Amino acid sequence: MCGIVGLFLKDKALEPQLGALLTDMLITMTDRGPDSAGIAIYSDFSEGTGKLTIQSDDPKSDFSSLDSELSEALNAEVSIRVIDTHAVVETAHDKTAQARSILTTLRPGLRVMSAGESIEIFKEVGLPENVANRFELTKMCGSHGIGHTRMATESAVTTEGAHPFSTGPDQCLVHNGSLSNHNSLRRKLVREGVQIESLNDTEVGAAYLTWKMQNGATLGEALTSSLEDLDGFFTFVVGTKDGFGVVRDPIACKPAVMAETDQYVAFGSEYRALVNLPGIEDARVWEPEPATVYFWNH
Amino acid sequence: MQTYDLEANGLRGLNETLHAQSGATNQTAWEVVNPKGSHAIAVGLDAPIEVTVKGSTGYYCAGMNQQATIRVEGSAGPGAAENMMSGTVIIDGDASQYAGATGHGGLLVIKGNASSRCGISMKGIDIVVHGNIGHMSAFMAQAGNLVVCGDAGDALGDSLYEARLFVRGSVKSLGADCIEKELRPEHIEILKDLLGRAGADAKPEEFKRYGSARQLYNFDVDNAAAY
Repeated sequence: MCGIVGLFLKDKALEPQLGALLTDMLITMTDRGPDSAGIAIYSDFSEGTGKLTIQSDDPKSDFSSLDSELSEALNAEVSIRVIDTHAVVETAHDKTAQARSILTTLRPGLRVMSAGESIEIFKEVGLPENVANRFELTKMCGSHGIGHTRMATESAVTTEGAHPFSTGPDQCLVHNGSLSNHNSLRRKLVREGVQIESLNDTEVGAAYLTWKMQNGATLGEALTSSLEDLDGFFTFVVGTKDGFGVVRDPIACKPAVMAETDQYVAFGSEYRALVNLPGIEDARVWEPEPATVYFWNH
Repeated sequence: MQTYDLEANGLRGLNETLHAQSGATNQTAWEVVNPKGSHAIAVGLDAPIEVTVKGSTGYYCAGMNQQATIRVEGSAGPGAAENMMSGTVIIDGDASQYAGATGHGGLLVIKGNASSRCGISMKGIDIVVHGNIGHMSAFMAQAGNLVVCGDAGDALGDSLYEARLFVRGSVKSLGADCIEKELRPEHIEILKDLLGRAGADAKPEEFKRYGSARQLYNFDVDNAAAY
């Protein structure tokens, strides 16, 4: 069992509240996933700037003077915003790949949670409420975000086993369920040159979608082909720089509820997660159909 | 009319209060406000009382019901009216997966759509769905009637025993050992009664009946592929 929440805003006036709304939804899903929690948030971005969200088990020493060291090695301006065990590194967009590779030498213990222009991912082990407080999620704003509360089944309870998973620029995926062919698919993707960091089944799902999109598929097409190529139980919610998608496997035993108003599209593993959203009383509320791809774009 | 605020007073208090009602109670009408998608609302009741839930519910609403009439003025999460013994449960909106599962008796009315596995392993309950139902509905259903005014999804009535399935719209596919059967006058009578009690505006003659071909009851090596 896991909990998923997602919110895709259509009304810009709600953007300052995105973090607060998502945090409330996330905490409501605590009893579906009390061991870890995470959130991917798509916030404002300035053209030409790239972001890396990094995580460290020893943030004090790892993040100390990292900006100046990275800036020097990269020969470019670098800013770092530290939030608990995570930090968001901003530099020129065309320098982010280089920055990522320099980081592996400068601070070998760091993990890259996400890379892109808009996405930031924060995830840790612990009760969702504690995780939300550590990262001050309620203060975050943005155009859309996805959150996950985890009850681990397929891999250990660790930060890297928590969701969301990001395997491509500005892409992320959260998952409720379990994939049964992830080992064979991981081997296949690795042969194709896809980098997979953990033994987690969901990361394989995320890497699969990224690989499909690298080969020319749209997110919608990638999700449609996942219905053929992924075996197991899944309700997926995915995010891209300007989009938000949902797909459930054909058996659809993992729950899902969606709500749409003029202001937003919302996803919850249960209706409980949606009850405090503005205007929910008049929203169109429905259960997404099995083996059907739903997708919204800004 | 007794009103119970679920948000203020909690779930355990609600179910304890409702369980305390007996056949002799004069507090026969209850209203539950602020359900907010909570789980296990009005579960295990055993008295001829009427409970109205003013909003949508989460998992297992009205499970194991006996005698009571429970109405949800919203949609219900997974497992609504699961294992009902008697009484009536009415969902004004949609019902999520396995509504009415394993029910032994009583009437479940879903005014919207029901999703997958509606009436799975039903054992005597009557279910009337005004809208559509999802895949694998009435899987291994043993007794009772499932009436669907809209369409049915894939694998309707897979491995069916003796439950009767009536569908007015299309059936995406029939499950193993489920076949269409003749709609005889006695079935018209059953439908007339159930549609009337469920407030469904549909003519019994418009329905098709599906039931068990009874080929999977006992092991037959020629059916090995269907087991």
